Amino acid sequence: MMKNITMGQYYPVDSWVHRLDPRTKIVLTIAMIVAVFMVHSLAGYALVLGFVYLASRLARIPFKMLLRGVKPLRIILILTFLLNLFFNNGTTLLVEWGFLRITQEGLSQAVHYSLRLVFLVLGTSLMTLTTSPIALSDGIEMLLSPLKKLHFPAHELAMMMSIALRFIPTLMEEADKIMKAQMARGADFESGNLLARAKAMVPLLVPLFVSAFRRAGDLAMAMESRCYHGGEHRTRLRVLKITKNDYLAAACVALLIGLIVLEGWAVPAVLAAVKGLMA
Amino acid sequence: MPIEVKHLTHTYSAGSAFQSTAINDVNLTIEDGEFVCIVGHTGSGKSTLVQHLNGLLKPSSGQILVDGEDMNGDSVDKRRIRQRVGLVFQYPEYQLFEETVAKDVAFGPKNQGLSADEIDRRVRRAMAHVHLDYDKYAERSPFELSGGQMRRIAIAGVLAMEPAYLILDEPTAGLDPKGRDRILGMIQDLHREGVTVVMVSHSMDDCARLATRMIVMSKGAVVASDTPRNLFAQPDMMSGVGLGVPEAAQLCAKLRARGLDLPADLYTQEELHEHLLRLWKEAGR
Repeated sequence: MMKNITMGQYYPVDSWVHRLDPRTKIVLTIAMIVAVFMVHSLAGYALVLGFVYLASRLARIPFKMLLRGVKPLRIILILTFLLNLFFNNGTTLLVEWGFLRITQEGLSQAVHYSLRLVFLVLGTSLMTLTTSPIALSDGIEMLLSPLKKLHFPAHELAMMMSIALRFIPTLMEEADKIMKAQMARGADFESGNLLARAKAMVPLLVPLFVSAFRRAGDLAMAMESRCYHGGEHRTRLRVLKITKNDYLAAACVALLIGLIVLEGWAVPAVLAAVKGLMA
Repeated sequence: MPIEVKHLTHTYSAGSAFQSTAINDVNLTIEDGEFVCIVGHTGSGKSTLVQHLNGLLKPSSGQILVDGEDMNGDSVDKRRIRQRVGLVFQYPEYQLFEETVAKDVAFGPKNQGLSADEIDRRVRRAMAHVHLDYDKYAERSPFELSGGQMRRIAIAGVLAMEPAYLILDEPTAGLDPKGRDRILGMIQDLHREGVTVVMVSHSMDDCARLATRMIVMSKGAVVASDTPRNLFAQPDMMSGVGLGVPEAAQLCAKLRARGLDLPADLYTQEELHEHLLRLWKEAGR
């Protein structure tokens, strides 16, 4: 029942996107998200959607799987949409119904914010689906390493992240097992009101925490016994290397950003100028 | 009334890159009063199979009938069936959660909606079954007990629901020999009292000692279902699916190869011991 979480899950196939340097993917994902926030028209979103679709084809990830990652966010999405739709001080009134009023500005803001959220998730899912957790935390560590001079614990942070990511599937499996064991004893996780359901989680959460602490203790012991000392003097099995493909990927994203800028500012500016000339 | 499994197939994550068929077209019947041991190599589908027997997994196709009733039928209350078919998971001590042992054992019967008196009676009875003194342990925290004791508490938690069928998935995994003998002795006592037992096991010696019938699984299918005596007389078939035979049967085969006149179907230590003594006495005469 908990196997439908796409976000943060690695999809192990071999593809052009999978082989990109994790640093490239992190930076480009951030760039793409920033680009999404510059979009001001539906055509711009269509552009981004097309890009994400092509990228998913290139990564050999079923587009449906990518979309499934948005599903857990549906409540937040609906809330975002409704809040922006109804609570906006726009002036161009579209519909008025009692104290509820929908304005042109409200509608467009609601659409923008929800679409941005969707693309935020799509973009990051694309990254995590194509990058193994280890590569991802390696990439983050490398990107943050200039901050080491300011005594920022980049290695420790990356290690914590990779451990956390590494244990998500383990804990999910464990939760599934404990849940089944309690269901075999007649526990009911699915019916009752909110309070009853929250109470029903106790038989799941207590054993889960106990086992998480046990695992943490075991892991610390195992690291200690292999003389783990943090980042100093550690070499890597996989040395990250920027290749031609990474530049190509960067160029693609740059092209996308260029198109968005062109579509968002240049086109309206030209249209306005043409209109001005005609008048 | 028996548990019947008909054409059971289960596929995990159907339709994705992670798809795998754990069991494929399994048919079997577990009769009342049997002590069935399910054996098979790691990944042969044993755990998947037993989770179907009390409705924790839903078949991809096929049926499971408990006392003639289709477990996955529309109007069937699965909780009622789970009370009849008790399932003890692997490492069941990881499911303990209550503040006291008595409360943890009472979790199952409490979910059944029984009266306080009945719950108390069952908790006492279940704890007696697993040889833990009620007065000594009832009010202690389950987390301060030893591993073997925790496992017995967890088993008591299932026994307290008084199931007619008891299914155990490797109940002795990770225990020392003494703890193992104690748990197996408990299970044997329950079987004598009339509980039908299904046990998943890796230990051929345990199966030899306890089973009235063994089910051998390999790659998601049942490849043999027979008495331990008949199965252990075919060591080649057993090793073909990655399994061995009990130590006594191994020793017996070696002795036969050296020319000793021993029957092919010896598999318990007691039998071997007896035969060897007789041969020795005869030779002495």
